[in-house]
Amino acid sequence: MHMTSLLTFTPWPAVSAAIMLALLIAALYLARHTAHQAIHAATSALARGFRLAAHSVTHAEERLSARNRDVLLAAGREAKERVVEREFARVGDTVRKDLANYPDMHRRLGEAIIRIEEDQEKAVEVPPEAPGWAKAIAVVANIDSRNTGTEILADIHKSMVKAHGEAMNDYRKASGERHALLRKMMPDWRMIQETLGRVNTSVVSVIERALVIDRHMQEYEAIVRGEDRALSVLSSSSLVHFFVSMLVLAVATAGAAINFTLIARPMAEMVGGTSFIGLFRTADIAALVIIMVEVSMGLFLMESLRITRLFPVIGALSDKMRVRMIGITLVILLLMASIEAGLAYMREVLLQDELATSALLRSDNTGAMVNEHHWITTMAQMGMGFVLPFALVFVAIPFETFVHSLRTVLGLTGIGVLRALALIFRVFGNGCRHLGTLAQRLYDLPLFVPLWIEARHTTAQQIERIARATKPGHDESLREVQL
Amino acid sequence: MKSRFVVGAALLLTACSPPVPHNTGVYLLVDTSGSYAKQVTKAQQIILFALSRLQPLDSFAVARIDTASFTEKNIVAKATFDDRPSTTNLQKRAFAGRVEKFIDDTKAAPFTDITGGLLQAIEFLNEKQTGRKEILIFSDMKEDLAKGYMRNIPLDLKGFEVVALNVTKLRSDNFDPREYLSRLEAWRAKVEQGGGRWRVINDLDRLDGLL
Repeated sequence: MHMTSLLTFTPWPAVSAAIMLALLIAALYLARHTAHQAIHAATSALARGFRLAAHSVTHAEERLSARNRDVLLAAGREAKERVVEREFARVGDTVRKDLANYPDMHRRLGEAIIRIEEDQEKAVEVPPEAPGWAKAIAVVANIDSRNTGTEILADIHKSMVKAHGEAMNDYRKASGERHALLRKMMPDWRMIQETLGRVNTSVVSVIERALVIDRHMQEYEAIVRGEDRALSVLSSSSLVHFFVSMLVLAVATAGAAINFTLIARPMAEMVGGTSFIGLFRTADIAALVIIMVEVSMGLFLMESLRITRLFPVIGALSDKMRVRMIGITLVILLLMASIEAGLAYMREVLLQDELATSALLRSDNTGAMVNEHHWITTMAQMGMGFVLPFALVFVAIPFETFVHSLRTVLGLTGIGVLRALALIFRVFGNGCRHLGTLAQRLYDLPLFVPLWIEARHTTAQQIERIARATKPGHDESLREVQL
Repeated sequence: MKSRFVVGAALLLTACSPPVPHNTGVYLLVDTSGSYAKQVTKAQQIILFALSRLQPLDSFAVARIDTASFTEKNIVAKATFDDRPSTTNLQKRAFAGRVEKFIDDTKAAPFTDITGGLLQAIEFLNEKQTGRKEILIFSDMKEDLAKGYMRNIPLDLKGFEVVALNVTKLRSDNFDPREYLSRLEAWRAKVEQGGGRWRVINDLDRLDGLL
């Protein structure tokens, strides 16, 4: 039914339209209360739904946050344990290296001190004998006899000179021996000084390590207590570790891509150049598998060396088994590297062959020309083919960091997303509530005439009621009623 | 449970089905009859171009068109390239050598049996079971059969692409170009009736679309 046909129930369309408008407004006015209730119910339900969703998301965010906190603290605790363990190992090494020889050093020091004491005793200066001749000479000199005293004196003088000479010789000899003894003490002194110096260095090193351990232990305790500061430090460290490890992994991926380029073409000689597995060439997949095997061997090597701890089973192996595993992985890596070097050489040969064939098919003689420095690129390719597998071994370290920090970063991202989602739900909930009010106002907009009349009517009724309430007769009757 | 079984069976059947070949088979017919024999040196350019484009596991054969072309004796050189790139290169070089010898030794034939060559090409490529089948005809497309040769045979060219290369104009075509056009149209109709696709490339410097 068209609008024009609706306006034909009276001969005048304008009148018909006016009647219809009046009827419509009347209908809307009559249904106003129900419509308002419906709008209110609908928007309230939506708002409640959004609020509920916001609560639920906030709850999930809190749980994720708590879990992330636990993960972060556990990771931090583990990392600190490793650091402290390493510091203790270093202290242990220092003690073992320097203090294990302590009994021997103590014995040598004691012996040196005894030797010094003995030598010192021996080196004590013996005082020269007091001359016992002087009084005898005086007595002889006072004897009153001719020429007898002079001869005696001459003999005495002679004996005295002789004795003096002997005494001087003895004294010189004794002094010489004493000096020799003192000279002999010098190496012992030096030995004692050096030994004590070494002891001092060791003790200082141990003290420094002890300070470092003390600091780490304080941080460890803070982590165990779950302090917010420790958590904040761990969180920021985790983010830094994540981005740094990602950068290093990107570099490693570029290295792996170069490696792939080196071996993909010659792999076609081994597995064929036209077979496909799914959408990918078998030769490409084979080259990728070789690189992945190298990376895996690198992981196992690093695990066996206890540099990384991605596989607890390997870390828990006995030392003998670990050493065997190190040997096996190294041998496999060496074989892989040799294969890659060979493939890199093969690649160059194939490339030259292909160039020569293309030149022949183009009837171009320049293709057959050989560059005399060509061996440099061949050698460089072979070198890269040999070295890159060993370089890829070290990918295990950033990979481990990446894996550990990824948990935290994913947790933080999840928390952020959930927070944003909760905010959006809350905004939507409030929006729905306000939208309901707006919808009610919009509904009332075409009904302004009946609403105005209603308002007037209500006001008039109120005025009348007030007027009736304030009439004197009414007051008296009220008073009578009250009495 | 039932749906899982059906999906599993479908996957198993898909895995067991023979793989679809992706290789290309090319059969090049070189017209050595009459005055067109002078053009044979140009054919070498196309052969070398085709060799440079073909990949391991592709098949390639070059055959001459002469009085009686429906015979293996007319095949000058043929090869199915090895899976290994290095062997493929060796095969290509050997192929190029044989073609060069053919170009040097070729002699003009008195008649032109294009249909016989086409039948031989269809047989060869069907035997090779290649994924893509290309028949290149280096000729003026003027068939001139010797007495006694029956070539009014429908061609089964489903899945084939037939490319006429360097279709030169004959002296008579210059008098009446309709002859040339009707000749080409007749060949197009014949190929398309057989289920094949028809193409003409006269500019040998622009072979990029070929193969």
